Amino acid sequence: MMTHTPETDTLKIRDLSKTYGKFRALDTVSLGVDQGEFLTLLGPSGSGKTTLLMSIAGFIQPDHGQITLGGRDITHMPPEKRSFGMVFQGYALFPHLTVNDNVMFPLKMRGEKGAQAARRVAEALELVGLSDKGIRYPRELSGGQQQRVALARAIVFQPHMLLLDEPLSALDTQLRGQLQSELKRLHRAVGLTFIYVTHDQSEALSMSDRIAVMREGRLEQVGRPDDLYDRPANRFVAEFMGVENFLPPELSGGQHTLALRAHALELAAGRGRVAAHVTERDYYGAEIRYTAHTESGVPLRFKIAAGQGESLPQEGDAIGLDWQDKDALPLADH
Amino acid sequence: MQRKYNPQLTYWLLVLPALLAMAVFYFYPVSRVLWMSVTIPEPGLGNFAQLANSHSINRMLWTTLRISLISTALTLILGYVVAYVITHAEDRRKRLLFMAVLASLWISVLVRAFAWFALLRSDGLINQMLMGLGITDTPLPMMWNEFSVLVGIVHAMLPLAILPLYSGMQSIDPRLVAAARGLGANRRGAFWRIFFPLTLPGVFGASILVFIYALGFYVTPALLGGGRKMMIAEYIKVQILEVVNWGAGSMLASVLLIFIVVTLAIVSRLVDLRKLFGAA
Repeated sequence: MMTHTPETDTLKIRDLSKTYGKFRALDTVSLGVDQGEFLTLLGPSGSGKTTLLMSIAGFIQPDHGQITLGGRDITHMPPEKRSFGMVFQGYALFPHLTVNDNVMFPLKMRGEKGAQAARRVAEALELVGLSDKGIRYPRELSGGQQQRVALARAIVFQPHMLLLDEPLSALDTQLRGQLQSELKRLHRAVGLTFIYVTHDQSEALSMSDRIAVMREGRLEQVGRPDDLYDRPANRFVAEFMGVENFLPPELSGGQHTLALRAHALELAAGRGRVAAHVTERDYYGAEIRYTAHTESGVPLRFKIAAGQGESLPQEGDAIGLDWQDKDALPLADH
Repeated sequence: MQRKYNPQLTYWLLVLPALLAMAVFYFYPVSRVLWMSVTIPEPGLGNFAQLANSHSINRMLWTTLRISLISTALTLILGYVVAYVITHAEDRRKRLLFMAVLASLWISVLVRAFAWFALLRSDGLINQMLMGLGITDTPLPMMWNEFSVLVGIVHAMLPLAILPLYSGMQSIDPRLVAAARGLGANRRGAFWRIFFPLTLPGVFGASILVFIYALGFYVTPALLGGGRKMMIAEYIKVQILEVVNWGAGSMLASVLLIFIVVTLAIVSRLVDLRKLFGAA
């Protein structure tokens, strides 16, 4: 039911900039989004990811740059003409309308009514598993159900694409996981382009076809989840992907800073490739997490699985650390 | 032995002084007025018969009702626009606008009535300007009539309408209007289908507040009506202090009281009053 003409829906963003006073919310951002793709904008708060999404939706007018959809310039088009489905943080369901009327709203605005419109509402609610909740009011639903109504409302009118602004951030961890897989299922089912904003890297990694990492209004790296995870372009992306250790060239012996995950570092039998002394030791049952510092003060974090024998290092011990070259990620900058 | 702390008792002790003051200085006199209306000059409903018989009382009651309804409607429309602007203003401007609204609330209605007097009378500022510009030859009659009474009441009541309207509007999630736009509604559609319906509780609250105040408003209609357009409060004052007709005066006071109670009762059937006045 929810298919769309493919090639007309390619979104292109060119040199988009937006400043608020002295704050650069967006700084010459360029990005292409393919039809049917699940693209995630990932970054900490203030990185510009929401500003970018709101510019795509038409709620924010950029100062410079251009947004095109299938070759057509939509930079200054009002939001109601763009036909993008949007799921807001906090859902923004209309509290005075029933679930049915909420989902009906975009159809009504397009002059669709009668049995045809009612059928499409029913189909959209069925797709999100809320067929029996049509006559309820949003306040009578749980957070997860409200989330699903917001989704149904955003896809019922067959939009060009679906924009989602941290849609899961208000839910508890368990429900979040469940809705993540539901969103993926929905993405496959409707074949729409999804642009998804989040600050949660694990959410981004598990759901996206591609991830665009943002920082201070700029794109730091765009790529597939495994690209970003295995080949972060710089220290910021590496940190965002959960890399704990950064060895500067003088310690790594190479030309680049090396990024190393905690599990890539292992305790050496002798001096190892780098010498350090243990500064912190935290027992976690299955594993013991260590922090050590080199002589020059570079912190190194590593783990040892519990039950590996009795000679585990204690706080203050001098140790050597080793790693495999295949686990080390050389970074382009610092 | 230590006495047990009784929260119920403390509660009543705290409320008691105010309750006593209300009983002695408010409920007692009001019930006296109700009593007088059926006992003076003689026991019975003779005073209330005037509602049907007296042409002047009839005309005054209709004037009161008409002025109250029109001024409520005007106040609500003007107040809605102001509240909308304040709600959507940026912080600094919002504070300024708020101060302006509150300032007009803090200035005595007496002073404000005299200010209108200076503007509206035959040789007042507005007429001087109109004649100076050659728009009219003779001064427009803007004083001592229904027009001046309406202007005065609307001006006096505006802050009372703006405050509950604003409090309703600022509790509306601005994302709702954005969501409506995103879903295909233009500015007008988003306003009428989403924003406006969500402000209706505030509109009801403000209407009741303004209407009831307007019904019993004394100072402004008395000064700006100049005794020619008399509303019920001024009429009661004339009956009691000038004609010394306690029977008619107390009867009209009772009518006003009963009318307001009945109005509130009907409205409370339609909407949740506790929600309107912010208790829920």
